[in-house]
Amino acid sequence: MTLLRVEGLTRRFGGVVAVDDVSFTVGAGEIVGLIGPNGAGKTTVINLLTGLLRPSSGQIEFNGARLDSLTPHRIARAGVARTYQNIRLFRGLSALDNVIVGTHLRTRASFAARLAFAPAVRREEAEARETARALLARVNLGQREAARATSLPYGEQRRLEIARALAAQPELLLLDEPAAGMNPAEMDVLIALIRSLRDEGQTILLIEHNMQVVMGVCDRIVVLNFGRKIAEGTPAEISRDKDVITAYLGEEE
Amino acid sequence: MFGESVRQLMAINALLALSIYLTLACGQLSLANAAFMGIGAYLGAVLTLNAGWPFWAVIVAAVIVPMLVAVLVGLPSLRLRGVFLAIATLGLGEVLRVVIVNLRATGGAEGISSIPVKTHDWHLALALAVALYLTWRLRGSRMGYAFEAIREDETVARTMGINTTRYKLIAFVLSAALAGLAGVLKAHLFRAITPGDYGFVQAVDILTFAVVGGSASFLGPALGAVLLTALPELLRSNVLRDVVNFEAGWQTLFLNGVILLLVILFLPNGLVSLFTRQWRRPTPLASEPATVEAT
Repeated sequence: MTLLRVEGLTRRFGGVVAVDDVSFTVGAGEIVGLIGPNGAGKTTVINLLTGLLRPSSGQIEFNGARLDSLTPHRIARAGVARTYQNIRLFRGLSALDNVIVGTHLRTRASFAARLAFAPAVRREEAEARETARALLARVNLGQREAARATSLPYGEQRRLEIARALAAQPELLLLDEPAAGMNPAEMDVLIALIRSLRDEGQTILLIEHNMQVVMGVCDRIVVLNFGRKIAEGTPAEISRDKDVITAYLGEEE
Repeated sequence: MFGESVRQLMAINALLALSIYLTLACGQLSLANAAFMGIGAYLGAVLTLNAGWPFWAVIVAAVIVPMLVAVLVGLPSLRLRGVFLAIATLGLGEVLRVVIVNLRATGGAEGISSIPVKTHDWHLALALAVALYLTWRLRGSRMGYAFEAIREDETVARTMGINTTRYKLIAFVLSAALAGLAGVLKAHLFRAITPGDYGFVQAVDILTFAVVGGSASFLGPALGAVLLTALPELLRSNVLRDVVNFEAGWQTLFLNGVILLLVILFLPNGLVSLFTRQWRRPTPLASEPATVEAT
């Protein structure tokens, strides 16, 4: 079953075409890699998918409904969550509170009910807290609950961002270069985490530079270069693809 | 230790400080509080003097009308961020002043005097209790978390499904309600109001309460308001006059400035940060390989 269908997606910035007629699909339960050299338009695609940018043309279909004219919070409500290439945690909040914010879409309690000390509100808050605790444990941050988010080491901040995104229980998780800047040990933890998410049936679109991560976890890979899709296939096919090798390593003299 | 009017002014300023806390908690630097206070004060005075409404109905109107104005003003202006919102909301105060000066019902530049005293201490106590309860219950609520997310990073908040426009507007409207309440109570306490009471100086005074007290917790602005209201009285009191030989007047303003400067320099999170717990740096987890910290 196709969860996400991107059709002819194009985004221009003045005269620059950052994303040029890109089409691909992501099936439910799949992990699809979106790779390409620097400036290939990968993050622009993610920003288009999450509504932070509007497409110049093309369509984005999610669960059969159009996403391309919705505001970011409606897209999130439709079931899309993301992380950021440059980590964007809530700096002043604890690790646990960061994840609790992520449960916003899964909670309903009104402020008026809270003013009245309604028991349902207390129950829901306790549940959100438990969910957040479980997610922190899930990404190996169980002992970091009270730590200020930005005091955590780099790799842990990356995993905290993933936990925050998972708190919304998204149907589609967009990871924007989760391994960027990680050391090999941190990367192993990350790969194990992504694999365990896949085993639970989480659909993921993974933007990544690091080939070890991409080849290790992706079912399918889409390759962008200068905003255009130049290849698509399994990791094995991609690693043999002539255009891809040229894009990454340059032309042979 | 303080006279009655000082205690009453403390309560009113604390209300105003909680009013600006609501928008600051949501990351919005709005300086419209003085204007909403003015709307509450003038509307209340006119309804009492000209329409003869009972005081409870005057209070309700002086709370609801600023909220309605906040919706109208907030929808377009809350798109602005940071200092641009501050300037736009200061502009609201200026517009209000010009309107008040030119309306017959509001007494022009001379304002309205001889408003009957209708505010009693229990009004103030009740109003302050309600405002403190509201702001206390905000922390840890779903809406409170949404406010914090918006304050920290509005774009990220949006991609997490938080309707930022809605929450910013709620913060702005609740803030207007408290300011209007403070305005009507003050007008029926000190009996005279003029258009100049609700301009730039008042707007900055309210912001100063929050900056000196600290806006990380609702207690901060309230504390700042109480202290800065008490300060001139302390300096005027006999005990201190013998020690520092201060008189009210420019010395008070000067000392306010010095305190503000010291707080910004040495306690950027306000006086309340003296009492809140400090963040601990996490100790490395034993179960994991050592990680390199990068930025």
